[in-house]
Amino acid sequence: MTDPILKISNLTKRFGGNTAVSAINLEVMPRETIAIIGPNGAGKTTFYNMVSGRMTPSNGSVELEGKDITGLPPHKISRMGVSRSFQLNNIFPEMTVQENVEVALTALHGHSRRLFNFASRNRAVQEEARQLLDKLHILDLASRRAEVISYGDKRLLEIAVVLATRPHLVLLDEPTAGMTPDETRRTTALIRQLAETGDYTFLITEHDMDVVFGLADRILVMHRGENLFFGTPEEVKNHPEVRRAYLGEDEEEEASA
Amino acid sequence: MKQNILTGVLLAVIALLVALPWFAPYFYIFVFTEILILGLFAVSFNLIFGFTGMLSFGHAAYFGMGAYTTAMLLLHLDWPLLYTLVAAMALSGLLALVIGFFCVRLSEVYFAMLTLAFGMMVFTIAHSWRDVTNGSDGIAGFRISEFGLGLDLVMGNPAVYYHVTLAIVVIAALVLYVISRSSFGLILKAIRQNPERVAFCGLNVRSYRLASFVIAGIFAGLAGALMAPFLRVASPELMHWSLSAEPVLMSILGGTGYFMGPFVGAALFVLLETWITSYTGAWMLFLGIVLALMVMFFRKGVLGTFLDWWMNKND
Repeated sequence: MTDPILKISNLTKRFGGNTAVSAINLEVMPRETIAIIGPNGAGKTTFYNMVSGRMTPSNGSVELEGKDITGLPPHKISRMGVSRSFQLNNIFPEMTVQENVEVALTALHGHSRRLFNFASRNRAVQEEARQLLDKLHILDLASRRAEVISYGDKRLLEIAVVLATRPHLVLLDEPTAGMTPDETRRTTALIRQLAETGDYTFLITEHDMDVVFGLADRILVMHRGENLFFGTPEEVKNHPEVRRAYLGEDEEEEASA
Repeated sequence: MKQNILTGVLLAVIALLVALPWFAPYFYIFVFTEILILGLFAVSFNLIFGFTGMLSFGHAAYFGMGAYTTAMLLLHLDWPLLYTLVAAMALSGLLALVIGFFCVRLSEVYFAMLTLAFGMMVFTIAHSWRDVTNGSDGIAGFRISEFGLGLDLVMGNPAVYYHVTLAIVVIAALVLYVISRSSFGLILKAIRQNPERVAFCGLNVRSYRLASFVIAGIFAGLAGALMAPFLRVASPELMHWSLSAEPVLMSILGGTGYFMGPFVGAALFVLLETWITSYTGAWMLFLGIVLALMVMFFRKGVLGTFLDWWMNKND
């Protein structure tokens, strides 16, 4: 039995009297793809914020590959191999698509302390950036300003920036939100492809159930900050409480009533 | 092609500046010495404003620190000018390190307010610590006995001082330009656009903000160090918060998006001030109107607006 890459114990976040995430326990094995589902306000993003260092937990701990990373700042957690995307596009809008990736690579390779070179002549970084863009099928956009490309392409670009930091653990926050059905299909296929390389462990929050069931090895269902259920896609589909709380049966009953 | 034209224009401007004492009226030697010094001051400011995205209202503190350092070293120790400039850069950088340590923890308006607060403190110290700074009279009565490096320059001659200033400002601007285009500079631009993403790329944003703040302070100090011998005095006015506003105005006037923008802004600022004050005392009214128009209609500044239009023309 291998050790988990991520071990979450009793993770809790309170805002005033409001508990956004309540005593979550989770063990993620290397190379697994875990989907986190739950209605808006279930605490998925707050959960991400604690794992990635954007928020300090009120309680509980986060262990990455056996090391306690609870409450470390984002840049330290990033250097230890965790990277994330955001629900809203989080890129460098005024740079070209390629420069966006170059920023992450410059940071990764420690070139960011170089004051007396020309970034535009950093061939190694440029080549690596182009390879990554190619991997995400957006190489043809390399010289476009990031703010003018389509919404779906921006999401792919953000994934490219995320992968450029060479993470072991990748947290994607609703990667297909706002995408056209075609873009969603392409992105899902892409994530599956990346998962199959065995280089990454994915956590994915997602509302689109086709995407969730198409990608996830296991699914964490959150409801009002709590772990409602954790299991395989099959188990989740057949779990009565999950169906009631999340898969929409409540609303259907209300609609029919 | 267009890049080459721009480089050519820049070289032509530098050649004209070199030749200036031989064709322009004597008076303009002083005007252009001031433009060069304030231009360097503004460019150093724009490294943190236009690149890292931090609006400092206390940049005169480092300018003044440089001015006082040079004035005191010339007055008390009679150092060669070049050594005093190096010392001024070191001390201004140190001051920026201390003040920046606190300021970079805050962002946006709080950062701006804290730099302003520190700027006021530094001004008050310069104004009140009479034993060292000679209070509101400032440090005066010094002279430059030599430049340094064994160069035999008549530093008392305004044309010579202008040429020395031009050479130093060009070298300093080149260094700043390289920094702005370096890998480090790329990270600064990234921080302005999205500090959070930079942090999630594994970099401590605060250290990079501090590093750029210190570099800006060092070069502001150099500009100040050139200003004191030019004015023949280092007085508290060189640290006053109203002087901190000048690089802000010059950067916006010229354009923050291009490296040379603040230089163009400084030139326009000083030239307009010189011309307009010879007709009317209402220079500030005129400046206010120009700035209001810039901010409302030409956010990219004079140089930025022109270059964006010209670069996009015919392609």
